[in-house]
Amino acid sequence: MKNLPRFFTFASPSRFYRAAGWAIPWIYAVAVLVSLAGLYLGFFVAPVDATQGNSYRIIFIHVPAAWMSMVLYLVMAFWAAIGWAFNARLASMVARSLAPTGAAFTFLALWTGAFWGKPTWGAWWVWDARLTSELILLFLYLGYMALVEAIDDTRRADQAGALLAVIGAVNVPIIYFSVRWWNTLHQGATISMTAAPKMANTMLLSMLLMTIAFWAYAFAVVFMRTRALVLERERDNEWVRALGVNNGSVA
Amino acid sequence: MNWNSASEFFAMGGYGLYVWGAYGVTAAWMLAEPWLVRRRHARALRDVMERDESYE
Repeated sequence: MKNLPRFFTFASPSRFYRAAGWAIPWIYAVAVLVSLAGLYLGFFVAPVDATQGNSYRIIFIHVPAAWMSMVLYLVMAFWAAIGWAFNARLASMVARSLAPTGAAFTFLALWTGAFWGKPTWGAWWVWDARLTSELILLFLYLGYMALVEAIDDTRRADQAGALLAVIGAVNVPIIYFSVRWWNTLHQGATISMTAAPKMANTMLLSMLLMTIAFWAYAFAVVFMRTRALVLERERDNEWVRALGVNNGSVA
Repeated sequence: MNWNSASEFFAMGGYGLYVWGAYGVTAAWMLAEPWLVRRRHARALRDVMERDESYE
């Protein structure tokens, strides 16, 4: 048992606070550099689309934002469940920190989708299975945030939020498979595990770079929010009070 | 190279409103969110420090 706690080293809020503080600037640097490379490829190297003209260039942020909206929800539900099941404070804090960023990516997926739908479908919005289930995802994020803020007892709020997050996770496969299960206006999956990509290599590469950049962005901003939450919640702990003495630096 | 001039780039072949409307809001949010979170962290740190002074 003596070696076991090594796995949980970063489950301690103080260790996490220090490690994340060191890593955040580097993760931001990755996000900026990779997105510049992705945008360069997307706007200056990738050719114009034969049928959609230049409107298709919205794909380079639309698809990564939509992927992030779903992935972040599953990650949020996972950490919320871990925080509940093992009474792990930091896991619950990470779950709460993920929600605003996940909600933002959901909104951006809908927003960029509307700006793409208008020139290609002729409508900003349609009540299509893909769009509607993505809108429900936004409401799940907002509902989770409202619920955990509404309950004063912090740990009970975490538990109630975890229940909502886990139940809501059923919506994610519905979003993903909606284009196959129903006849939708929305096109099918952009990248499929079973078929060769149908798009030009530079388009694909740009989209993958933007996805990496969005991942890095999400990591950095969620870690930063978790650090703030750690300070807000753990202010009575010895190490947080020591921060005050050391002018904010972790000894 | 896809564009012969800056104005051609901004026009996006007639789709400028849609492309820049999508990219502009995304960029604005991705600049605003880190700024807001940074502010929240600074406020939390300030609270910790002020509180510690009151103990001494």
